[in-house]
Amino acid sequence: MMTKRTFKSPFFALCAGLGLALAGGIGWAQQSQVSAASPAAPPAVEPAPAGGPPVMRRLTESQYRATIADVFAPDVPIAGRFERAQRADGLIAVGSSVGGMSAFGFEQYDASARGIAAEVTGEKRRAQFVPCQPKSANAFDAACATKFVDTYGLKLFRRPLARDERARFVGVAKAAQARLGGFYQGLEYALVGMLQSPHFLLRMERTEPDPQHRGALRLDAWSKATRLSYFLTNSTPDAELLRAAGAGELDTDQGLARQVDRLIASPKLEAAVRAFFWDMLQFDGFNDLFKDPVIYPAYNSSVARDAQEQTLRTIVSLLVTERGDYRDLFTTRKTWLTRPLGIVYRMPVATRNGWEQAEYPAYSNRSGILTDISMLALHSHPGRSSATLRGKSLREVFLCQHVPDPPANVNFTAVDQVSRPGSTARMRLAEHNDNPVCAGCHKLTDPIGLTLENFDGSGGFRAKENGAELDLKGMLDGATFAGAPGLGQTMHDNPNVPICLVDKLYRSAVGREVVDAEGPYLDYLATTFGASGYRVPELMRAIALSKTFYAVALPAVPAKTQTAAAARKGDRS
Amino acid sequence: MTKLTRRTILRGAVNGAAVGVALPFLDLFLDGNGEALAATGQRLPVRFGTWIWGCGFIPERWIPATEGADYVMPPDLEPMAPYRKQMAILSGFDVKLDGVANKPHMTGNFGLRTGIPVPGETATAPTIDVLIGEQIGQGARFRSIELSASGIERSYSFRGAGSPNPSETSPVALYQRIFGEGFQDPNAGTFAPDPRTMVRQSVLSAVTEDRQKLARSLGAADRARLDEYFTSVRQLEQQLELQLQPPAKVENFTMPSAPAKTVVDADVEHVMVNHKLMAGLLAQALACNQTRVFNMLFSDTASNLRRSASSDTHHTLTHEEPVDPKLGYQQQVAWFAAKSMVACRDFVDALARIKEGAGTLLDNTLLLAHSDCSIAKSHAVEGIPMMVIGGGGGRIRTGFHKAGRADPVSRVGLSLQQAMGLQVERWGTKSMDTNRTVTELVA
Repeated sequence: MMTKRTFKSPFFALCAGLGLALAGGIGWAQQSQVSAASPAAPPAVEPAPAGGPPVMRRLTESQYRATIADVFAPDVPIAGRFERAQRADGLIAVGSSVGGMSAFGFEQYDASARGIAAEVTGEKRRAQFVPCQPKSANAFDAACATKFVDTYGLKLFRRPLARDERARFVGVAKAAQARLGGFYQGLEYALVGMLQSPHFLLRMERTEPDPQHRGALRLDAWSKATRLSYFLTNSTPDAELLRAAGAGELDTDQGLARQVDRLIASPKLEAAVRAFFWDMLQFDGFNDLFKDPVIYPAYNSSVARDAQEQTLRTIVSLLVTERGDYRDLFTTRKTWLTRPLGIVYRMPVATRNGWEQAEYPAYSNRSGILTDISMLALHSHPGRSSATLRGKSLREVFLCQHVPDPPANVNFTAVDQVSRPGSTARMRLAEHNDNPVCAGCHKLTDPIGLTLENFDGSGGFRAKENGAELDLKGMLDGATFAGAPGLGQTMHDNPNVPICLVDKLYRSAVGREVVDAEGPYLDYLATTFGASGYRVPELMRAIALSKTFYAVALPAVPAKTQTAAAARKGDRS
Repeated sequence: MTKLTRRTILRGAVNGAAVGVALPFLDLFLDGNGEALAATGQRLPVRFGTWIWGCGFIPERWIPATEGADYVMPPDLEPMAPYRKQMAILSGFDVKLDGVANKPHMTGNFGLRTGIPVPGETATAPTIDVLIGEQIGQGARFRSIELSASGIERSYSFRGAGSPNPSETSPVALYQRIFGEGFQDPNAGTFAPDPRTMVRQSVLSAVTEDRQKLARSLGAADRARLDEYFTSVRQLEQQLELQLQPPAKVENFTMPSAPAKTVVDADVEHVMVNHKLMAGLLAQALACNQTRVFNMLFSDTASNLRRSASSDTHHTLTHEEPVDPKLGYQQQVAWFAAKSMVACRDFVDALARIKEGAGTLLDNTLLLAHSDCSIAKSHAVEGIPMMVIGGGGGRIRTGFHKAGRADPVSRVGLSLQQAMGLQVERWGTKSMDTNRTVTELVA
């Protein structure tokens, strides 16, 4: 299977801008074309590792939650809230290495830290979490406090504590005990400190000289374990991975492979796949997505919650459980339903509370995740569908393309009177195509989105709009088709779809933009992905085993690196 | 290497465009003026805040026909008539693009708030509320409080590039944050410092102990991000310091009761309710020194407000509603623009309702109300409507309409900073770089 990484798509620089109102809670991903020239024959073995800069990534909300659950227990409550994650180049995973931390954000971490520490050291559960008992009820037990600090320091900082760090947190415990009276209160505040530390909240990557390549750098074993673990489990390194890191096993091919295979086979892979797709599909947009309850009475908060879960379940079932072909996500009629969803889909759901597997009927016009409520509703207005938003998001999310904003000064009134009898979105949008300023971009979005027009702004089916028959013909990169099943099949067959996934998955794994020198490596990954039958766990395995994933290059010639980064960032400020 | 302080970080981010040095609070602005003193004899702090509504206005219904004090109140500003004397109407001030792409609903807003036009969704320098907060925000429990009334998790208060101060979107959560755990009733009468607060302080100083060492191991960009982390830690430390002191008594303060749960979404009637609730809670918080700086986002700049059962939002209407040939403007858009001014009055009412010294909280507040554009249909950033409301503790003059005549909007931002005591002589970049204040505003 030949897979070219070069995106075969229209050059959007020619596109003057979108003429429709692109309102909504989603910050549009600004994504540059990935246009590094591919060699004629994509490499079958990994090219020499190029390496990008080390990054400092803030734990995302889901990573924080998973980490606390793994280090302590899933039922340890997290009291604080989380500030909204920022996206960079379409991914929160990349935004987590560039964004700041507000006073509000830290205040909330403080609340979480105090709640967790009180639970862990409280009378009810200390036997479960504290690895030793103090020798005396009154005197400070330095040995036990040190053991506690070492145990949780390793788990929370993802590396052993340095001597001065250990002394610092043991010192906190001692001082707190002196003031508050109890040994466990001392431990409580030592733990609060570790949970507030930048070494916990930020994944700071450390480098060391690469003994195999003179003058080159690589991640140290602990940073390797951390990168690997959050990539394959969306959580902190477990005890076995930390042991392997400490024993130097991650620096050998065999030792690394053993850990990668173990994690790929573990049930936690599902969490990683979920977290990645939640991010890629921009489901954080549901946080401020509203639908008019008069126009869409069936859409409510249960539907909004279940709609996201439905799509994630479909993805996990196909990609992880069945080890299926990624491209089939666009054509499969297999899905999952709850009763609230059944009302919008107009499908019977036998299960009273909870989920059941289901299949979209052939006549439903639904196929693949593009026809899930989650995708259809997220990229619509509060009171109507939007062919433009749907087309734009499809290009940005699944094809890694960037559709520019509408030009600043355009007359939009052509798309007025949405409810005019006999009017359809296609008729209204046709006005744009008569206007050369608008047509450039609308040609890229609308022919895709219009094929989904028999789904309303909440994702419900409609045969007609304002009494008029719907024309569902569409076009994408030269292929013509009709309706959602046609769109799904076209996406399935589009060679850029898997290439874009490779690009996003790798960027998510390393938490940064691709550097130019990594172009051949991404070609290699795309080839590997194709050869595996587009199995996502296989792609993750290839990334996790590759040298490139752990390679680090400090920007020796900063000017050059910056230029490449700036070029990729396009017009982003 | 210059000494790294919070201030130099902030200023450094402006790339030298606006270099200013903070001076201590200038007593001369306050004293010798009985109105700045509470009945308890305590000096009343000055507060600063912003209030944004999205999608601009209908100029012929908002801009007074004449300048000065004796203008005829235009129809869409009619709700603000009770505050005529405490309000300066500023029309005709422009964000200058200097060739920067106009990112719809973003560039005008950030240009107004930072003096720099940006082509994207993040500011590249601290916003004016943060700059002023550096000067007046010390000594309050929260450096600032951000609010969004339409359910949108956005904020246009930025500490720097990529660092927004996030907004509260629910009145219940706002109440919890301010009046929940950690709140000290100023009039409780008894005070016993919590020993755990002292322990928490020592924890934070342990957390920050290896700051220098850590910074050395990072590249420049990550070092700046780490500095932000430490700035946030410092703000929590200051909160704890306050909690160890008995709170100053506040006249007329009664502990607000927790609001009932409300529907948080973008239906304009729900937004009006949530906005009013949040404004009331914020005013109470300002009165008892929980914060001195705030930012309220009434509607997002690409306003998602909608009327029940309508398939359009305020924003989509601005682009798609035809101009009514008889009226000469978009009728539904005008409805939202007028509604926004009703909301603005609700907000100012909340400040004016609280008695403080010989006047009200409004007299000690400087409020900048503005939109993101003038004509939303074309995303025009020329003539963005603005109002400066409140007495600013006697530091600002109001009661007039001033036409900007296409002057850079940064003149207003510069004036407000100077009024709040910042020693800044110039503000803005390129065509918006100015050293001219709006003299009518400066008291």
